[in-house]
Amino acid sequence: MSTTSYIVLSAILFTIGTVGFMIRRNAIVAFMCVELMLNATNLALVAFSKMHGALDGQVAAFFVMVVAAAEVVVGLAIIVTIFRTRRSASVDNANLLKF
Amino acid sequence: MLPLEIVTPVPATGFFTLAWLLIAIPAASSAVLLLVGRRADRWAPYLGAAAPLASFALGLYYFINLLGRDEATRAVSVPMYNWISSGDWQIDVGLLIDQLSILFVLLITGVGGLIHVYSIGYMAHDDRRRRFFAFLNFFVAAMLLLVLADNYLVLFVGWEGVGLASYLLIGFWQYKPVAATAAKKAFVVNRVGDMGMSVAVMVMLATFGSSAFVDVNEGMPRVSDTTALILGLLLLLAACGKSAQVPLQSWLLDAMEGPTPVSALIHAATMVTAGVYLITRSNAVFAESEAASTAVVVVGTVTLLFGAWIGCAKDDIKRVLAGSTMSQIGYMMLAAGIGPAGYAYAIFLLLVHGFFKADMFLGAGSVMHATNDEVDMRHYGALRRLMPITFVTFAAGYLAIIGFPFFSGFYAKDHIIEVAFEQSAVIGALAMLGAGITAFYMTRLMLMTFFGAKRWQQGVHPHESPLVMTVPLIFLGIASAIGGLALNNWIAGWLDPAVGGEAPAETPSLLHFSTVALVTLVVVAIGVGISVWLFGPRRDIPLTQPDSRSPFTLAGRNDLYGDAFNEAVFMRPGQQLTSQLVRVEDDGIDGTVNGTAAAIGGMSARLRRVQNGFVRSYALTMTLGAAIVGVVIVLGRLG
Repeated sequence: MSTTSYIVLSAILFTIGTVGFMIRRNAIVAFMCVELMLNATNLALVAFSKMHGALDGQVAAFFVMVVAAAEVVVGLAIIVTIFRTRRSASVDNANLLKF
Repeated sequence: MLPLEIVTPVPATGFFTLAWLLIAIPAASSAVLLLVGRRADRWAPYLGAAAPLASFALGLYYFINLLGRDEATRAVSVPMYNWISSGDWQIDVGLLIDQLSILFVLLITGVGGLIHVYSIGYMAHDDRRRRFFAFLNFFVAAMLLLVLADNYLVLFVGWEGVGLASYLLIGFWQYKPVAATAAKKAFVVNRVGDMGMSVAVMVMLATFGSSAFVDVNEGMPRVSDTTALILGLLLLLAACGKSAQVPLQSWLLDAMEGPTPVSALIHAATMVTAGVYLITRSNAVFAESEAASTAVVVVGTVTLLFGAWIGCAKDDIKRVLAGSTMSQIGYMMLAAGIGPAGYAYAIFLLLVHGFFKADMFLGAGSVMHATNDEVDMRHYGALRRLMPITFVTFAAGYLAIIGFPFFSGFYAKDHIIEVAFEQSAVIGALAMLGAGITAFYMTRLMLMTFFGAKRWQQGVHPHESPLVMTVPLIFLGIASAIGGLALNNWIAGWLDPAVGGEAPAETPSLLHFSTVALVTLVVVAIGVGISVWLFGPRRDIPLTQPDSRSPFTLAGRNDLYGDAFNEAVFMRPGQQLTSQLVRVEDDGIDGTVNGTAAAIGGMSARLRRVQNGFVRSYALTMTLGAAIVGVVIVLGRLG
């Protein structure tokens, strides 16, 4: 398969993630959309890495995975805490941090 | 003009190297009195009075020593230390004791010392007399530095010290708003003159690379006419400020708000004599510029008439005397402006004026002391029986100032009127007219104070002053009477080497009356006659100033509108300018700065609404932003 297919798939996944993040209110879903975007990026990195025959992109993908894992730890903890105090996981309800 | 002979001072040896003590003694006394605090209250007046007298004794020793020397070695320089060393400029602090400065030293410490002694009695009931004596000592020290300096820059230090001391003393009763204002006025008007002085020093440093008298005298013949004229006019401006000459005369009358011994000190021994000293000391400068000398003559003539005019219209005894000081200093400036022929006579009048003016001011203080600080002559009258010593000594001063034959003013003033006639008939006639007016208003003062009916206020019981006040009066009265006889034949020969003049070939006899002197006497007699006719013992003098519609009287009562002139020409335009500048500052500069701040503040108040707390809208913004960036990049590539 050509690299283009992977890039197209990556773009589709990224777009789904972005749109999902913007239209869904549930924090868990929004979170999963973020993961989707990260994975779409990883896919693009690996595809380009394969295309160029260099390992840089694959190394970068590992870094993204590590960061994503760390982010999950912190993000889920925050979401659980907010749910405990506010009885809601809607991102629109957690809007106190503003002007 | 003939090139002047440059006098090179001989270096000091022996006791002369201690000449700095002349200044240091009163300065140290002043410092002690100010620093020791209340513990010194009991003995402060005695220390204060002893300091100038000690300087006087030292000065007298130097004077006698100089008398014993021959003419070539009478100027003694006392180098002290290097003050400023910057590149090519080496400014040394040093003292110069010569024929001119030693006379000033004797006048300042002698008359000043008597005024100090008098103040022991006059200020006996003032709680702050320790401070008063400290300031008096400081005044004397500053004035001594002024006359002893061998360098214009060091002279300027003393010059400013005198200005500060006069400010402190005129405003000594600072709880009185008029006194505080008068002190401020004296200070501000003096600043104008000081500006002339400081610019003159800068011009000297720029032209000669030095401000020492020796270098300036030596370099003057080589400078261009313009430089000489500028220097002369700057020095004249400086002299006008300190000596209260027109147009900087307005502070002197208000300065009467200070205690009376201060007025005596300012008018007789220090301060106002500084201007005449400066002109005389700068004879080399004025020798190079005819125009500057003429300016000095004109200023002197105008002031002598101004002062006399004001003296005629005032009822306040101290203000009449202040007007007469202006007038007498005008005579001195006139003589100094005439050049080598006049310098010695200017200093002659200055010395005897120091005697009789101190005498009369202290006499006026004695009268005020006796009448509960009354200064209005309309509330005096008939004091001669109750205050015999004050009356007799005052009369000696009075006869001296009007130029009564054989009294000191007679010799000094006649010389000046004579040289004025030699210079120009107009100047001579005006000087003679001034003598007549002087006789008129001084006679008026005498008659209103000591003769006529009692016009005392309720509860006033005049009495003679204590001995500590009358003894200085007696000394000064004697000096006013015989000062002229003692100095007349001697002073020109003594001073001429120092002021670039030539001693007259033959000494006139003391009994000799020239034609000019006789005519002057007639004019003086007319002045006295008119005064006796108007204010004589039989005349009824109203207790309040009568209304007058005469423009001459009104002008005199208002100090010839000197204040009004200053207000119209300098103060109001100045205020206009500042209020315009404030408007520019408020509306222009502040407006721009504050407007910018307000615009940014307003904008941010609206922009911060974007931070609405909804995460998804942030995401939308980011996405749109990223999309725009992407589009721009793509379009950029395509282009």
